[in-house]
Amino acid sequence: MSNFRMHLLVCGGTGCTASDSLELVKMLKESIKKHEITNEVEVVVTGCFGFCEKGPILKVYPDNVFYITVKPEDAEEIITEHVIKGRKVERLLYVEPNTKKRLEGQKSIPFYKKQIRIALRNCGFINPEDINEYIAADGYQALAKCLTEMSPDEVIDTVVQSGLRGRGGGGYPTGLKWKYTRQNQSDEKYIICNADEGDPGAFMDRSILEGDPHSVLEAMAIAGYAIGAQYGYIYIRAEYPLAISRLEIAIKQARKLGLLGEDIFSTGFNFNIGLRYGAGAFVCGEETALIHSVEGKRGEPSSKPPFPAQRGVWDKPSCVNNVETFANIPPIFLKGPAWFKKIGTEKSPGTKVFALAGKVNNVGLVEVPMGITLREVIFDIGGGIKNNKRFKAVQTGGPSGGCITSENLDIPIDYESLSSIGSMMGSGGMIVMDEDNCMVDIAKFYIEFTKDESCGKCTPCRIGNTRMLEILEKITKGNGTEQDLKDLVELGDVIKDTSLCGLGQTSPNPVLSTLHYFQDEYLAHVRDKHCPAGVCQALFSFRILPEKCVGCTACARICPAHCIEGERKKVHVIDQSRCIKCGACYNTCKFNAIEKG
Amino acid sequence: MGLINVTINNQTIAVEEGTTILEAAKKLDIRIPTLCYLNLEHVKTVNGSASCRVCVVEIEGRRNLAPSCATPVSEGMVVRTNTLRCIKARRLVVELLLSNHPTDCLICEKNLNCELQSLAAELDIRRIKFHGVRATHEKDISSKAIIRNMDKCILCRRCETMCNEVQTVHVYSAVNRGFDTFIAPALNLPMDKSICTFCGQCVSVCPTAALTVVNEARDGGHGKNGSCS
Ligand SMILES: Cc1cc2nc3c(=O)[nH]c(=O)nc-3n(C[C@H](O)[C@H](O)[C@H](O)COP(=O)(O)O)c2cc1C
Ligand code: SF4
Ligand code: SF4
Ligand code: SF4
Ligand code: SF4
Ligand code: SF4
Ligand code: FES
Ligand code: FES
Repeated sequence: MSNFRMHLLVCGGTGCTASDSLELVKMLKESIKKHEITNEVEVVVTGCFGFCEKGPILKVYPDNVFYITVKPEDAEEIITEHVIKGRKVERLLYVEPNTKKRLEGQKSIPFYKKQIRIALRNCGFINPEDINEYIAADGYQALAKCLTEMSPDEVIDTVVQSGLRGRGGGGYPTGLKWKYTRQNQSDEKYIICNADEGDPGAFMDRSILEGDPHSVLEAMAIAGYAIGAQYGYIYIRAEYPLAISRLEIAIKQARKLGLLGEDIFSTGFNFNIGLRYGAGAFVCGEETALIHSVEGKRGEPSSKPPFPAQRGVWDKPSCVNNVETFANIPPIFLKGPAWFKKIGTEKSPGTKVFALAGKVNNVGLVEVPMGITLREVIFDIGGGIKNNKRFKAVQTGGPSGGCITSENLDIPIDYESLSSIGSMMGSGGMIVMDEDNCMVDIAKFYIEFTKDESCGKCTPCRIGNTRMLEILEKITKGNGTEQDLKDLVELGDVIKDTSLCGLGQTSPNPVLSTLHYFQDEYLAHVRDKHCPAGVCQALFSFRILPEKCVGCTACARICPAHCIEGERKKVHVIDQSRCIKCGACYNTCKFNAIEKG
Repeated sequence: MGLINVTINNQTIAVEEGTTILEAAKKLDIRIPTLCYLNLEHVKTVNGSASCRVCVVEIEGRRNLAPSCATPVSEGMVVRTNTLRCIKARRLVVELLLSNHPTDCLICEKNLNCELQSLAAELDIRRIKFHGVRATHEKDISSKAIIRNMDKCILCRRCETMCNEVQTVHVYSAVNRGFDTFIAPALNLPMDKSICTFCGQCVSVCPTAALTVVNEARDGGHGKNGSCS
């Protein structure tokens, strides 16, 4: 990056691309040409900055000025004002919501303040389609070090010492997994990168692959050297076209430079990587199902043991690791395992990337040190709850995680703590809910997802989840009984206890955790036939409060069912029998005269 | 091969490495109910789908229950097959199967000769707690030899193992996902259009009336392809 006076880093992640960042790039380039400064300034299309909520993002380097929601038509002003005259474009800076101050540096923005970027270190910093930028950022040095200075056992020891645990959900120590796979003798072994990322709303792995594909390739080669494999598969969902194309480019470039292929660094070590595409079934992210899918069979889990380390792809020992796990590997070798171990907590060192979503002000991708509290993530980084509503719960761990309430907001985020309160780390989904969310409805939503994603192989998951969903539907329709709540617990416990794979073993978590923490809300549904959050259509109604209604007729005019009656300046009344509960009147009334409940 | 010590219901036994809990229990005369498991010793093939989850047992130090038919013993393993937790789980699993099963035993071809039926009796199941939708499939009566009634299929996968691994004809595989899963010939073709050789082996291993042979007198067919030798 050295020949240019200035770099304009424009986000080319999926979020910003959708809000026209590539058009912005085009306009910037045109303007640069027009002003004849093409040899001074370079535009770099990077991976996701994480702050997708405020995209498209443009960062000026080395000035370290961070512009948000930049539109293509802002290009000219950025070039003439900032690049040429050195004056910041104030209106494109981030405004701190409390102090209303405009902040210019990325680090000063609260969203970034508490973040530590290891897995995402290069996302939003380098051009993912140019291997030279990765190399300039110390890329492939870790591989060189491993191949030329370390034995495979030393490589494994380093990973063991770092304490790195799998980021794909299970949290299994990565070093140990490598060690076991190394110990199993075989003429062929395989490295598999799990890029299936099936959790709804999750995009951690996609962002890493889009923003820094080489870090994953480099780590896979290191893993290959460590366990004795010469081939790696990346199992990626076909719905990730940008990530796939960046991976294809990266593999081609790495092969051209001899960083993949035969006799890497003249050490006699060979390693190649191929892509395999998943059709988008959630269960195909489960490692045994993934292996069957790579082999071209039905993506269905099988009983463990045998573990992939014993019998994986083509019945050969295979090491399956998640994208984010791999992305942590190169820095561990460059900075040493002791450095890594110091970050995070004793049992869960390092960082974790979360996809923060739901009712928070700053949705996006955040990488935080383990041990940080949920409160810090939601309120400091996430900027608190949208529209000043009340926080109700946060769901971690994807569709089979549990809901966590405010009383547990101060527990440190790590594998054990989250499990101890009925949730889990999972792959990093984090969905925030506010007072308008009905927890019964949320539980129903998740069980509906897992029921649809069940592979159908084992009885408890195939039939049990369907029965759980049926009971929840009954409750949300107002036909539930207290016995149903007991049945849900009984069913949930047995499904967890007897299912074949991780999907069924965790699918009842959202139901069980909400039943535990929000029992009153369930009871309101079954006893009082009332949905306190006003979500379950059959269990709430809209009423016009006579003391507040001024008879403005606004509600009657907007009601699509024409079921509000009342003369001008007289109290209006809703005919409940015809009301479709669309909420239009409630949202329209300026006098807060319509009550929901 | 080394010997491995395992304790099942307080009885200890040394068994060969690779032995499953189910096999070790058998040696101790401890009965664990099974459904999908099938050991075809004469052809050295085991149906190891571990899909029914009826044979689950408790292993000390393990978070969830383990399918005894597919879990090999390990040194010092302590197993319990008859705890309340196992029994309750097993019963619920069978209840779930029954909740998605036609209850027409009285007029069923397999009546009194049905593994699901006898399992339900063995576990003393006298009511089905959970009710809900039942998967329904069109009965495949296309062939003159085999009738497929997927409404009675419990997805044990024995037919698949038999046809694909033993007979190596590869007729069956699972189609669809989740609750809608069923077993069918490729492309969900009817039997008479499939590559089936009508050897009848799948019928002989099916624990329920999901696969049955055409009975000429009853069904009025002309069973030309009746059976294989
Ligand atoms: C239903 C299900 C879905 C899963 N989906 C993913 C996934 O999308 N990505 C992933 O890396 N791991 C997923 N896993 C976890 C994998 O089975 C496996 O543990 C992981 O890839 C191992 O890598 P790690 O040790 O680096 O975390 C899933 C597990 C289950 C049970
Ligand atoms: S738990 Fe669900 S997804 Fe996993 S094997 Fe059983 S049916 Fe398939
Ligand atoms: S909720 Fe909708 S249908 Fe009901 S009264 Fe209001 S506007 Fe009319
Ligand atoms: S298959 Fe067995 S359980 Fe099912 S109806 Fe027939 S006899 Fe009864
Ligand atoms: S009868 Fe047909 S489907 Fe059944 S085992 Fe024989 S070849 Fe396979
Ligand atoms: S058809 Fe019979 S043997 Fe085949 S899976 Fe169904 S129940 Fe099992
Ligand atoms: S896609 Fe641009 S910040 Fe995430
Ligand atoms: S008999 Fe063991 S799982 Fe079916």
